[in-house]
Amino acid sequence: MSFIVVGTGSSLPDYVITNEDLSTFLETSDEWIRTRTGISKRHILKDETLTSHAVTAGRRALENAGVLPEEIDLLICTTLQGDYISPSMACLVSKELGVGSGRVFDMNMGCSGFVFALDMADAYFKNKTIKNALIISAEKMSKMVDWSDRKTCVLFGDGAGASVLTQGEGVSGIKLMSDGAWENLHVPGEGGNSPFNETGAPESYLFMNGKEIYKFAVSRIVKDINEILEEENLTADDISYFLLHQANTRIIESARNKLGQSEDKFPTNIEKCGNTSSASIPILLDEVNRKGMIKKGDRLVLSTFGAGLSSGACIIEWKI
Amino acid sequence: MAEKKIIEILADYRGVDPSTITKESTFEGMEIDSLDIVELLMTFEDEFGVTIEMNEKFKSVGDVVTEIESLMA
Repeated sequence: MSFIVVGTGSSLPDYVITNEDLSTFLETSDEWIRTRTGISKRHILKDETLTSHAVTAGRRALENAGVLPEEIDLLICTTLQGDYISPSMACLVSKELGVGSGRVFDMNMGCSGFVFALDMADAYFKNKTIKNALIISAEKMSKMVDWSDRKTCVLFGDGAGASVLTQGEGVSGIKLMSDGAWENLHVPGEGGNSPFNETGAPESYLFMNGKEIYKFAVSRIVKDINEILEEENLTADDISYFLLHQANTRIIESARNKLGQSEDKFPTNIEKCGNTSSASIPILLDEVNRKGMIKKGDRLVLSTFGAGLSSGACIIEWKI
Repeated sequence: MAEKKIIEILADYRGVDPSTITKESTFEGMEIDSLDIVELLMTFEDEFGVTIEMNEKFKSVGDVVTEIESLMA
């Protein structure tokens, strides 16, 4: 016994920054950003909390699933960092939603978080410990990037996506990878003011070596997907949609070409959301679900990659 | 020896005749941007069985030929 996905939800900040807006304070242009990333705009937090979007995404997923909050016996929030380092985002979201279990916690696996959380939920379902799980991925990337660094701040956006899982047989081939190669993508921890600290206060901004991450991403996506398809005796032609982490349109295009699949099987929302880290796949899943693009029996591949370096992929069979 | 194959791959990528590309050709001149270069370097890695560090130093076809030939030596 594992799980099936029965509901999805998402929530994005109202405030939108376009590439033109960025070009008013950065030496960049709409054309430069679009041709290299596919991004036109992104949603950015202003006066609201990230927790509020996590709660809204979770509530929408529960409503979509027809599952009550008190029926949820596992809540995992994936985030690089919630509004508080402690308590966890899951504690705050659980109270707001009225989740009926204390089995709530956060998980940080960078952009790969959502697929890692599915793997964790899968273990609970297999163990028959739980009947319903809620996974919420929420990220406030705008508070982690250096807004004077045109190479990184243009790439990211804020938002939250959520999925409700219930008992069933709808996931297979979950594959996770991490290699500890942190140098090319990381956000330093905060320094504090310990008088005993001899390491110096780090600049707490996201750092990314774009070229190395591009190479890692394309090669991992193709390798992970080919491996899980082979393990499940499937081919890429058996898959209705490939939902890839939305980091860069050109990464998606390169992987698509190497997998030999048509463009319509790779839905994207990076144009309007940017890279929302672990929230990107559940936000996209909610979008394709609500557009009615997925039919019962369709197989979806989720494939992600990020800091760690890490990657994750799985096959979801749509059962509703 | 790597030069001919590198130029063939570049020509195919850009959809141009290989005779229009020389070691002196720059990526900028061929309208190949930084992510195109990464994509091409990945193709060269597969072709020549080497691992190339992704950095800013590749400006011309000759830069790539030199790097790959030194990695293969």
